Amino acid sequence: MPSKKDILDLHFMDARYKLLDIAAFLDRLERHPGETDFRFDGLKKALPILLSDQPGRAKAVLDALSDHSTEPAEKATFQGAFGAPQA
Amino acid sequence: MKYIEPHAHMVSRTTDDYEKLALAGCAAICEPAFWAGFDRSSPAGFYDYYRQLTDYEPKRAAKYGIPHFCWLCINPKEAEDAGFAREVMAIIPEFLDKPTVLGIGEIGLNKNTRSELAIFEEHVQLALDRDLPILIHTPHLEDKLKGTKLILDSLASFSKLDRGKVIIDHVEEHTVGIVQDQGYWAGLTLYPESKCTPNRAIDILETCDRSRLWLNSACDWGVSDPLAVVKCGLEMKRRQHDAAWIEDVLFENPKRFLSQSPNFKLP
Repeated sequence: MPSKKDILDLHFMDARYKLLDIAAFLDRLERHPGETDFRFDGLKKALPILLSDQPGRAKAVLDALSDHSTEPAEKATFQGAFGAPQA
Repeated sequence: MKYIEPHAHMVSRTTDDYEKLALAGCAAICEPAFWAGFDRSSPAGFYDYYRQLTDYEPKRAAKYGIPHFCWLCINPKEAEDAGFAREVMAIIPEFLDKPTVLGIGEIGLNKNTRSELAIFEEHVQLALDRDLPILIHTPHLEDKLKGTKLILDSLASFSKLDRGKVIIDHVEEHTVGIVQDQGYWAGLTLYPESKCTPNRAIDILETCDRSRLWLNSACDWGVSDPLAVVKCGLEMKRRQHDAAWIEDVLFENPKRFLSQSPNFKLP
């Protein structure tokens, strides 16, 4: 099994790159006009999960970005998905 | 690297992709019936699609020495109009006895509607009537958790269902546990943006019951990579997994599940 150092050697640069991309995305969003929507709200809700010291962060992020209603929808009004719940 | 691609939409791929898959060591390709990126306007459109899946694609793959198998259904994205879906379903039995058909799939849910759920259950009954394995698509992104739970609740009402003959695909960290806990197989899909990355898939393999998991690319008409499975195998090597571990995941697991279909035979 690889050590923590092995995992850092393999994946630190990739994680750094992705973290910077999120930071730049937040800056980009801020400097452009208009209003954000539920997708940004979902992202803001999920971001603190990254700082948790508990395992299962990926699952928790996915849970935060999921629709938690339980009843089937009456009708599909479109076919795609947004990546964050609208409610 | 010897491996099986258990979920690829080759009708949307070029012949060059078959060559790449052959060079990479792909021992078999399985193609579930799905959405073509647009809604077909008539049941006749599906009739030709099933001809393509059961006749044309196996011949195209054979030119590169790869056995090609398929799963048949009307997919959930086109099942919102239940009347239309039932017209299409009436065509399916004609194709189920073709020699490369593995079972019913990929059925499931897309926007988690009542109509999708009704058509899903009719497909499950068709599979039970024919004693065929089932391949299930779970919805995308924010709809996946709810859809997976609705699918599991629905399947629980089929008392005669052999859960070992059902694979629930496109699981992620928040759904793999609930699928495996109920005795089903689970599929991990390596797909840009909307599904798993190779390293997340390997994390799941390392922390869940990997004996009932398979990996697939689900390559299709969208931005996707037909070599995603074998590239994930390379990432497994980088993470110090040995050749036997990798072959178990990439070849033996899909072979074990797919061999439950009488038509799945490797040369």
